[in-house]
Amino acid sequence: MPTNILMPALSPTMEKGNLAKWLKKEGDTIKSGDIIAEIETDKATMEVEASDEGTLGKILVAEGTQDVAVNTPIAVILADGESASAASAAPAAKSAPPAKTETKADIKADAKSSPAAAAPEAPHVQAPQVLPPSDPDIPEGTEMVTMTMREALRDAMAEEMRRDGDVFVMGEEVAEYQGAYKVTQGLLQEFGDKRVIDTPITEHGFAGLGVGAALAGLKPIVEFMTFNFAMQAIDQIINSAAKTLYMSGGQMGCSIVFRGPNGAASRVAAQHSQDYSAWYSNIPGLRVVTPSNAADAKGLLKAAIRDPNPVIFLENEMLYGHSGPVPKLDDFVLPIGKAKIARAGKDVTIIAWSNGMTYALKAAEELSKDGIEAEVIDLRTLKPMDTETIIASVKKTGRAVTVEEGWAQSGVGAEIAARIMEQAFDYLDAPVARVSGKEVPMPYAANLEKLALPSVAEVVEAAKAVSYR
Amino acid sequence: MSAAKANSNTQTSDDLAPTTPLVEFTKEQDLSAYQTMLTIRRFEEKAGQMYGMGLIGGFCHLYIGQEAVVVGMQMALKKGDQVITGYRDHGHMIACGLDPKGVMAELTGRAHGLSKGKGGSMHMFSVEKGFYGGHGIVGAQVPLGTGLAFANRYRGNDNVSLAYFGDGAANQGQVYESFNMAELWKLPVVYVIENNHYAMGTASTRSSSETNLSRRGLSFKIPGEQVDGMDVRAVKAAADKAVAWCRAGKGPYILEMLTYRYRGHSMSDPAKYRTREEVDKVRTTHDPIDMARNRILEKKFAKEDDLKKIDASVRDAINEAAEFATHDPEPDVSELFTDIYR
Repeated sequence: MPTNILMPALSPTMEKGNLAKWLKKEGDTIKSGDIIAEIETDKATMEVEASDEGTLGKILVAEGTQDVAVNTPIAVILADGESASAASAAPAAKSAPPAKTETKADIKADAKSSPAAAAPEAPHVQAPQVLPPSDPDIPEGTEMVTMTMREALRDAMAEEMRRDGDVFVMGEEVAEYQGAYKVTQGLLQEFGDKRVIDTPITEHGFAGLGVGAALAGLKPIVEFMTFNFAMQAIDQIINSAAKTLYMSGGQMGCSIVFRGPNGAASRVAAQHSQDYSAWYSNIPGLRVVTPSNAADAKGLLKAAIRDPNPVIFLENEMLYGHSGPVPKLDDFVLPIGKAKIARAGKDVTIIAWSNGMTYALKAAEELSKDGIEAEVIDLRTLKPMDTETIIASVKKTGRAVTVEEGWAQSGVGAEIAARIMEQAFDYLDAPVARVSGKEVPMPYAANLEKLALPSVAEVVEAAKAVSYR
Repeated sequence: MSAAKANSNTQTSDDLAPTTPLVEFTKEQDLSAYQTMLTIRRFEEKAGQMYGMGLIGGFCHLYIGQEAVVVGMQMALKKGDQVITGYRDHGHMIACGLDPKGVMAELTGRAHGLSKGKGGSMHMFSVEKGFYGGHGIVGAQVPLGTGLAFANRYRGNDNVSLAYFGDGAANQGQVYESFNMAELWKLPVVYVIENNHYAMGTASTRSSSETNLSRRGLSFKIPGEQVDGMDVRAVKAAADKAVAWCRAGKGPYILEMLTYRYRGHSMSDPAKYRTREEVDKVRTTHDPIDMARNRILEKKFAKEDDLKKIDASVRDAINEAAEFATHDPEPDVSELFTDIYR
């Protein structure tokens, strides 16, 4: 059967072009891959290659023709034994219609017309979330052991490494040095150098290597000496770790934990003092966990290691030495995605996480002296965010303050404020207030550093402001 | 053997492994390689045609001209070995044994594409066939492929991973971070550099201070050699040597495949940075498929008619894939929010 050669598109947006030149003439033998013509647009000139074999039976569009629409037949190729007269009999359009492009409006319309799809109140921008289970009950009489957050993190890794041979830890100074911040202390001695691996200083490389090992089914814990250095590796974290499951249609994902201290330490200046909470919690495919105390650190790190998805586990150097009670249980695992009410109150909701909880809890004590009972929510996980707990509290108090060390613009506080506005607007008695790091690179001088960070006084002031006190 | 010496502390440029001698193919090997190379060629020609018809969107990087590389490499692998590459990945998937229908339907963004239409040309995967993508960020697959090798070593098996990348990616820093760790930990990974001489529109002479890319592992003590990437037999021989090196626990190996792409970098590249004569010269004198075809006829492994039958069956399979990919429905809208988390 004669085959039409169609006017090709140089790009998905091209609609028409000029047929600049024919390089073959009628009667020529055509092989697959032969260049038969040149077409041009205002942007480029392109060669047209034959993908069929036979004889060039008839040229339908002469060279020099302007504005030839894409998919117009421009010539006919005859197979062996076909005559030129058959050429005109070639079907006008052999091609199937191009794929229909669904617009956003179509999707919305479909969702509405389908009874199964819940009509969203707000614009549907997120996947429907499955609510996480609550914290496990701790049996009465369970012994509570006081330990530092550093020890709790170490114990979590050790327990999971004992439980699952596929879990290993790698990073700079994690083995022989026992961890730059001593979080991996003792792991080399127990698990050996096959599972506790000192890497060269090569963040991009070892993050990618970890993701590759995870794609192959292992469960790496990749320690960044601090998350400041993970910026060198962020392409592998986002483009390779977070997106592969989706890009593979669910076939291939990676169970991997990236952990290390995040945010400001003390007097280490701009390049070593950044809070990445907002960065990672912007990315679909990642979970972001940010514990503020030893028990949560242990239970959530164990959950993160078991999670089949990539988890960003943001610790805080200032908190490593803080001690707290941790239940002595064989397997203490906390749910990712569940916030905790750290202090109950009725007058104003303060939402914080990680080191922000230090300011929040102290501020709540101050406020209590003035007769304001603040409810303090420790988010613990930033992605998925436990919006339900926030909204329930705000519906009760009518006022909310967010606390973060990161910058305000496009920050986590901004996201929380948006969700409160979307889901509890009518319950608000005042605009949501944000306490955040000041929008400056972190200064070195002690007095300036203090000013750049949030403070207890700022949280107190914000809580009073939203309470009109 | 100089390759063994590569792990001593006295390596010089002489420590590059000598070029592996070519080994003639058996009839079965020649015919099988011919058929797979032809399948890739016809698939890519069809993809180019369908792109021109607006059925394929976005970026589409064709493998035409480079077929011998992936076909020869694949012949050295065994079950459990892994393959990972960049964005010019259609040929690798076909060589790994993935169904052209699924690949083509992914190119058209349809429900039964390998990634359910969510990945597209540059992002396809198959755990079953050991194909780990399909990665769109230039060079990112190199640490990932090194990680696949890490997993093999961790598990104590003798599987090997092939990490393919181009002469352009060879200038990315993460490649060298990977080289360092791979040799330091003796990871079983073959770095296959597909040198088609142009990183998009930039000739390697304009982008690389050392254009002999097989030497790029020297300061990491990784042996490397240049291979005629247009001759599938030469590729297979070098692959056998490199894969055996890795399986034996000796660490990584670099193969620089000297190859050529006939088409532009992507479909929207008119390739004006080189002459038509240059392309035609390679095409008429060094085409991997023509060379295999002539060899098969010379050695009387098959007659012209037998080859015509193979050609026809390949063409039918590709037409069937195109037909499938054209009429398969788009993914259900419910797929928008699936596969983000497990």
